[in-house]
Amino acid sequence: MDKQIKKEVISILVDNQANVLTRVSSLFGRRGFNIDSLTVSATNDPKLSRITVVFTGTEQGLHQIITQTSKLEVVKKIFTLNAGNSIYRELLLLKVKTDKSERSAIKEIVEIYRGKIVDLSKNSMIIELTGASEKLDGFMDMMSCYDIVEVCRTGITGIGRDIPEDL
Amino acid sequence: MKVTGSQLVAEILLEHGVDTVFGYPGGTALNLYDTLYEYRDKIKHVLTAHEQGAAHAADGYCRATGKTGVVFATSGPGATNLVTGIATAFMDSIPMVAITANVPDNLIGRDAFQEICITGVAMPITKHTFFVNRIEDLADALRNAFRIANSGRKGPVLVDITKDVTAAETDYKAARPLPLNPVPEFSDEEVQEVASMINAAERPVVYFGGGVPAANAGRELLELLEKADMPATYTLMAAGILGYDNDRNLGMVGMHGSIAANKAVDRADLVIAIGARFSDRVALNPERFAKKAQKVQIDIDCSEINKNVLVDFGVTADAKEFLTKLLPLIKKKDHKEWVSQATEWKKKTGDVKCQDADLHPSEIIHAVCDLTDKETIYVTDVGQHQMWVAQYLKHDKTKDFITSGGLGTMGFGYGAAIGAQTGCPEKRVIHFTGDGSFHMNLNEACTAVSQELPIITIIMNNRVLGMVYQWQTSFYGKRYAATTPERKTNFPKLAEAFGAKGFSAENPKEFEEAFKAALKEKGPVWIDCAIARDERVLPMIPGGGTIEDMIIG
Repeated sequence: MDKQIKKEVISILVDNQANVLTRVSSLFGRRGFNIDSLTVSATNDPKLSRITVVFTGTEQGLHQIITQTSKLEVVKKIFTLNAGNSIYRELLLLKVKTDKSERSAIKEIVEIYRGKIVDLSKNSMIIELTGASEKLDGFMDMMSCYDIVEVCRTGITGIGRDIPEDL
Repeated sequence: MKVTGSQLVAEILLEHGVDTVFGYPGGTALNLYDTLYEYRDKIKHVLTAHEQGAAHAADGYCRATGKTGVVFATSGPGATNLVTGIATAFMDSIPMVAITANVPDNLIGRDAFQEICITGVAMPITKHTFFVNRIEDLADALRNAFRIANSGRKGPVLVDITKDVTAAETDYKAARPLPLNPVPEFSDEEVQEVASMINAAERPVVYFGGGVPAANAGRELLELLEKADMPATYTLMAAGILGYDNDRNLGMVGMHGSIAANKAVDRADLVIAIGARFSDRVALNPERFAKKAQKVQIDIDCSEINKNVLVDFGVTADAKEFLTKLLPLIKKKDHKEWVSQATEWKKKTGDVKCQDADLHPSEIIHAVCDLTDKETIYVTDVGQHQMWVAQYLKHDKTKDFITSGGLGTMGFGYGAAIGAQTGCPEKRVIHFTGDGSFHMNLNEACTAVSQELPIITIIMNNRVLGMVYQWQTSFYGKRYAATTPERKTNFPKLAEAFGAKGFSAENPKEFEEAFKAALKEKGPVWIDCAIARDERVLPMIPGGGTIEDMIIG
């Protein structure tokens, strides 16, 4: 088996019921699966929720996380989202201290990254940005020379381009 | 038909053929127990001394009979007392349904008297948990509990029911048990690949585990060994599949496995793992285990493939289905040299007797084998005695050896023996234990007495916590931290106090006499056997080691 460390995005469709996140996250905890991010979201089927997990590890680790998770009664479907054939998105909110001297420079960066300034006060602004994680990383890098107060990132959610046969 | 939630529980148990349950009542379980009283002609309830004993009894009952074990407990401490029993069943893939009552729904989350979130506690040690606080969910939860417990790789399921639901009224419509989940599918190519590897091998060895008895695949396995002319070794969970006198039986593999089994695995060019998971007590060093061999793994649980040891080829399949497809593709082979080499290694044993006593573990076990018939069920606790029994017992049936393998639960034995004897009244149950393990749950003697169960308990009494003591002797410079308790328990007198019979034995002759007398008893008997405190379990490969590190004597 390949010992190379890879990043994989795993999509899990689960029953939309109480404790379902606990069941999945407790499994990750007790099996020692380290994950980079986890998001839970509603789907078009009210009975199902989607959990998107970003996992960095070996092929053996990926096999373990997928097969162990698939054994949970609440898991209806689990699959990896192949990078070439899927869309990943993440939302970032960033609050930065700023006065009028910096405002236009920041606005320029936000425009280049197609973000939005969603709140503005005399000495701060809040920026909203969505996109692939790499784009958000790039934006964060550009903003690092300013006085960042707070940052929230949601972790990624993703969707495959294909129309799946069975859902 | 209108029923209460409790009556619904009883009806669904009957749907699944449950006629025996184990448990302990309590405040929130009052409605459930009132119904069990009402149904007492159809469902036998065995009251234990402690909920842990009840959980082990349900487990032992299942292992002995093949039927799903069912245990009842009340909320709070009743439920938490089940935990070790549920975890034991989980680690050994035993189908069990644990039914707990909880406080009424309007008190949930308020730290009410005897309230505990047992579904949260039990989550990591069950296949699934149900929390039922609506009567309309109860039937589905219970029926699914039986389906999940018995599907694929089996295991325990817990159903926690709030007290108000046990009293609420609902409509009951009889139904058949839900169909089990389909077993994993495998392809003809996968069968062909395994067959080619076996056909090409020069020194193949089969290493099998609990998945073989769980799939009832013993006969197919024997046929495979014969056709491909291969020796085989097994894990603790699969002792008894190969007849003791079968030449191809190399004994158990791993930490306290036989010299022959460990040598064969080390020298083999192909290891075929069937229903076994390369646990750390077998593949003590996962990188170096069977290092010269190609490895094939067949397991019903896809997550077991490549979990502990990376294999060259893995198939997710039920052992019986796979072997049935595999057998026609296996060429009749002759590995005479290899098999006779392995048989030669069998002559080497680790049976080193300590001279400080006149009675030795191997003598006790051999005497028991000689004096019992083929229908006997042997149950163990955990520790040195367990390994001795695994090594020396001459068993040859799949369900005659009941032991806590994965979790290694001291105190498992007496409860499990009670469950086995309850499920198989026509057979005799022999319970091997140590003075350490027995002190943990010997309170269940009162259960064995009140149920008139003729369980014979053989206490291998070395007056120390032997397995840990042995490790301290070998690896901790004889610093005996907390393993020499200086207890003065008089077991024969204690047996009498419980209303059981007690004997003691200090040499083989005394043991034989006591055992013969015990066989004539109609109720429980204890035999306190004085063995030397320095008696060791050998051979031994220390954790992380290989065959080169094996301690033989």
